[in-house]
Amino acid sequence: MATKTHRVLPGFGLALGYTLVYLSLLILLPLGGMVLKASELGFGQIMDIALSERSLAAFRVTFGASLLAATVNAFFGLVVAWILVRYPFPGKRFVDALVDLPFALPTAVAGITLSTLYAGNGWLGSYLEPLGIKIAYTPSGIVVALIFITLPFVVRTLQPVIEDIESDVEEAAASLGASRWQTFSRVIFPAIAPALLTGFAMAFSRAVGEYGSVIFIAGNLPLISEITPLLIISKLEQYDVLGATALAVVMLAISFLLLLGINFLQWWAANRYKNEEPLEAAASRAVGGQP
Amino acid sequence: MIPFRRPLSALLLALVASAALADASLLNASYDVARDVFKDYNPLFQKYWKQKTGENLELKQSHGGSSKQVRAVADGLEADVVTMNQANDIEFLAEKGLVAKDWAKKFPNNASPYTSAMLFIVRKGNPKALKDWGDLAAPGIQVIVPHPKNTGNGRNTYLSAWAWALKQPGGNDKTAQAFVGKLLKNAPLFAAGGRDATTTFMQRQMGDVLVTFESEAELIAREFGKGGFEVIYPSLTLQTEFPVAIVDKVVDKKGTRHQAQAYLDYLWSKEGQENAAQNYLRPRDAALLKKYGEQFPAVKTFTVDEVFGGASKAFATHFKDGGSFDQIYVQK
Repeated sequence: MATKTHRVLPGFGLALGYTLVYLSLLILLPLGGMVLKASELGFGQIMDIALSERSLAAFRVTFGASLLAATVNAFFGLVVAWILVRYPFPGKRFVDALVDLPFALPTAVAGITLSTLYAGNGWLGSYLEPLGIKIAYTPSGIVVALIFITLPFVVRTLQPVIEDIESDVEEAAASLGASRWQTFSRVIFPAIAPALLTGFAMAFSRAVGEYGSVIFIAGNLPLISEITPLLIISKLEQYDVLGATALAVVMLAISFLLLLGINFLQWWAANRYKNEEPLEAAASRAVGGQP
Repeated sequence: MIPFRRPLSALLLALVASAALADASLLNASYDVARDVFKDYNPLFQKYWKQKTGENLELKQSHGGSSKQVRAVADGLEADVVTMNQANDIEFLAEKGLVAKDWAKKFPNNASPYTSAMLFIVRKGNPKALKDWGDLAAPGIQVIVPHPKNTGNGRNTYLSAWAWALKQPGGNDKTAQAFVGKLLKNAPLFAAGGRDATTTFMQRQMGDVLVTFESEAELIAREFGKGGFEVIYPSLTLQTEFPVAIVDKVVDKKGTRHQAQAYLDYLWSKEGQENAAQNYLRPRDAALLKKYGEQFPAVKTFTVDEVFGGASKAFATHFKDGGSFDQIYVQK
């Protein structure tokens, strides 16, 4: 018996074709062109460029700062998202709108503003510097800029998920005798973990590619505070398009592997918690009961 | 919908009409901070051209980072003329066949209608008594410069310091490199560009000395007032050139060679030279240089050609990957 399932959007074939063409034009074509261009250099040459001392230092700074910034945002972004969903307070809509501002602000403006704030004579820097904490023109400055730029990713991916967890679940857990920590770690966290990872991954990838804001606060000293995008620009200044492309491809490959890893983690988390254990069961298990 | 249509068609008509009013148009691709110079120069030339030929010439400007601009021209930006701040950028266009190989001979003075010089800006009263390049490399001094590898301003600073070290007793490439290395170690950061360096020094009050163009010093005075800083001319410094060229490929296609030639020639006219002087660029015209002597004190300069054997060679030796700048940071 041939059954035709009814779907809201008509034409799976058409939609899939459209999706493929759209993604090919927007993503595969430019990226493919980039890889093709880089392949004009041999594998050995690409590796030489990627493994030079300055490139390695820049990769360390770029990926290290991005991971750190995404981690900080995973934690504080979660707090912000939680507050915004769960608690009514005056000015909530205003605060909610603030979260999006880093998206809207030109990144160069963000970088200049942050470096003005954190420089030795800035509003914040003038208090931090006597304590021996230097932010502007050090690798810490890079992390600060990246935290600023990537905050919305975590908050905005978490908000709808937190909204989906009804407070009944928490009440159920509580009435079954779960402590606050148990309720969070065994009921709520498993439910939001996949979204948190998504937010983390998006924040991380955005941070890796960030140039405009970082450049004004980093200090740009070779081997200390140079980011990979700066090295790419440096190669373009020498009209070395091939070298620049090679660096970009290597950077992309590392990002891709890291994102793949994160996706795998996410898949694992989703399978572990979501499919096997509905929230109610988790609530029950949290207090040691049988589902 | 309908009420919008009339103003819209009027606007379109106006656009078409303004395009039709101009008999020809030129696009000048230029570096970032040349905005002010050409904002003043273009109306001068339009007036002159109208009087001379009766033709209404439309002049468009495109500004951006110098190397970015020439890459855009190489990739198809239809600029009739390029007015840059580094010879190696025009060399690049020559290599690509867009500009004549002997572009530097097509106009007087190495095709550079005006020049500037690298100098020091120090805090009021010069508290650290910084007089010459040697003082900048002393321990405990903080030097603010833009990235020496990625910005024209930074490269000029680097070459100036290098040439000064060469001219010291017993100076050679080795001692020069060691000296520049010492100087760069005094930089707490490398600014993203010339203006970023200025902001860092003036507004954020970082560093003891800022190395920049003479023309930039005047802009700093205008922006921050003359009270906060002093200008120091070192004993020897780089004369920076601002080379110009016609983009042959574009003018031949558009049929604008005639206008483009006149546009660049006029930079050497009395009006063009005076405009440069008023924008704090040293005119080539000796009489005018004397007239504006107060803002252009005599200073001993060298050109990149004299000391480094040309801009392309200087670039290749010092700023290519693995060049002298990289060697300072990565010992292999």
